[in-house]
Amino acid sequence: MPVAPKVLPELESAVLVLRDVVKTYVMGSEEVHALSGVSVSIGKNEYVAIMGPSGSGKSTLMNIIGCLDVPTSGSYSLGGEMVADKSETELADIRNRLIGFVFQTFNLIPRADVLHNVELPLIYGGVNKAKRIALAKEALDRVGLSDRLTHKPNELSGGQRQRVAIARALVFDPSIILADEPTGNLDSRTGEEIMQMLDDLHANGQTIILVTHEDNIAAHASRAIVLRDGRIESDAQVENPVRAARAEHTVLAH
Amino acid sequence: MKQLDTFVMSLQAIRGNKLRSSLTLFGIVLGVASIIAVMTAITVIQNTMEQEMSILGAQTFQVQKWPNGFSSGEERRKAMRWPAVTIAEADEIRKRVQSVDIVGAELWQFGLKLEYRDKEIETASIVGGTPEYPQNNVHFVADGRNITQMDVRAGRKVAVIGYGVANTLYPFIDPIGREIRIDGRKYEVIGVFDEKKSAFGSQYDNYVLVPISAFVNTYGLSNEDGWPRSVNITVHARTPELVDDAITETRQVIRRARGVPPGDDDNFTIFNSESSIEQFNMITRGIKIGAFVIGTIALLVAGIGIMNIMLVSVTERTREIGIRKSLGARPKDILRQFLLEAIVLCNIGGLIGVLLGFVAGNTLVQLGMSSSFESAVPVEWAVIGLVFCTVIGVLFGMLPAIRASRLNPIDALSYE
Repeated sequence: MPVAPKVLPELESAVLVLRDVVKTYVMGSEEVHALSGVSVSIGKNEYVAIMGPSGSGKSTLMNIIGCLDVPTSGSYSLGGEMVADKSETELADIRNRLIGFVFQTFNLIPRADVLHNVELPLIYGGVNKAKRIALAKEALDRVGLSDRLTHKPNELSGGQRQRVAIARALVFDPSIILADEPTGNLDSRTGEEIMQMLDDLHANGQTIILVTHEDNIAAHASRAIVLRDGRIESDAQVENPVRAARAEHTVLAH
Repeated sequence: MKQLDTFVMSLQAIRGNKLRSSLTLFGIVLGVASIIAVMTAITVIQNTMEQEMSILGAQTFQVQKWPNGFSSGEERRKAMRWPAVTIAEADEIRKRVQSVDIVGAELWQFGLKLEYRDKEIETASIVGGTPEYPQNNVHFVADGRNITQMDVRAGRKVAVIGYGVANTLYPFIDPIGREIRIDGRKYEVIGVFDEKKSAFGSQYDNYVLVPISAFVNTYGLSNEDGWPRSVNITVHARTPELVDDAITETRQVIRRARGVPPGDDDNFTIFNSESSIEQFNMITRGIKIGAFVIGTIALLVAGIGIMNIMLVSVTERTREIGIRKSLGARPKDILRQFLLEAIVLCNIGGLIGVLLGFVAGNTLVQLGMSSSFESAVPVEWAVIGLVFCTVIGVLFGMLPAIRASRLNPIDALSYE
């Protein structure tokens, strides 16, 4: 689905729309402008990489898209919901239902087993136990870990942990998967496996936003947004997105 | 998010930190155990007492000079100035009180020697009584016969001996018809009482009953110090429902007989099992309050420990809180999780404390008093203990839980 980057106001099929988003932190007597007017619109089933050097506002943008933070000014709508002035509880519900996070450090709960980790979003979403377990198992099956349900995170390899995290991100069928340096803590081969998994999710209709500073990772996306000094420096289609070589054990089919 | 899920999460967290959890629990366990142990011990004694008192009979009550065993020294000093209760007063009750059917009179003498041939009991008690004695004291003659009105009238030197006396003095022979020397004087054994095991000692198996007339003939109506002997009058109401009426009437009859002016206090004691139990409860109330206060202080101190450990736990699990928030945990979900964790922690301690307290309380009584106490499990105190633990959990878990729920998800996620 080709998307012209400068088309604003929002597209019909837009999943999320940010308009003139400003984020200012007050540090002592100084004001730090992390984002100074970012407008961007991302459509359904887009595969977007957000790039930029550290200090570019990339993390701040990710936090706002992920509803972990709210803009100082400007508007943000996700799945048709205006996020800007939601309460903490409403933001939690939005994160729960609309966003699947994949973190660089996996962020699994160490004491809980694999199944419980994947169940967590469903628990907070109030899904009943039987349905929860069925959905969690299905998600774990999609990332090829259905034989690791009772393992604790520390009994898994880094790649396996990240696959658990991906299963957890997609278990509640979110509007977007927000992956923050998903391969940053993995060796390049394992990283490729994870990228392939995200590629497959995208191929199956998932909207994916990838935050990274690595060009070869960003190259998987079909659109790259580059930030610098709190503004969008460029926003362009990627001509020939890289698709990871199929690793044989990956099973990502609906 | 459902309660059960939160509960499971709390258990996971507590299990994840076994050593720390159990150390934290120690204070709670001690606090609860100390309360429960004392309450259990008192309940055990109380139950046994009520049992024995009810054996004594709901239908009977006693009139005597001296207040009963649970009275204070001051009450005893006051009673010293009261006139002795007399056999004539027993007759007066028998004549005038309509609601009673059996009135017995007893005189007691303690610390006498019993002998049969070469066997002896150094210190035993002798009671001079009337034929009503067995019924009014619910201590029946198992072998031989009771003393009769004839025995009393004639002042016969016959004796019904306690089970323990029979065992010691006549180990292999039938004591009936044999001679017994009480304080050096010869009596004939006519009967043996049945065994009356008592949790409060064996004195009820180690005494002899003789006709009150024989007793008076031997020992006179004043004791060795020259004080007039005071009679214990045992009164049996016609029906259990009439006991209160009988007590009221008896009190009036004796007051009139003694000319006690209206408005003055009684110069004698009337008590039945109920009033004895009430008195016991009054004494133990102080102990109970003491145990409760000490236990409460222990629990409050333990609560501070819980708060401390929960604060540490929140800090340690900052990242976990961030993860949970990123996955959609609302502030109230986090609050509930940590609050429930504190409550569950307290209640695990409480449960252990309750069990320990039961065991300690029962053991204490068995060791300290006599093994014939029936053990008791005061369920109401177990419930109070656990409710208390829950309150402590809420009280001291609230601050850490609020702190956890207010963490900023971004800061929490990047916490190392």
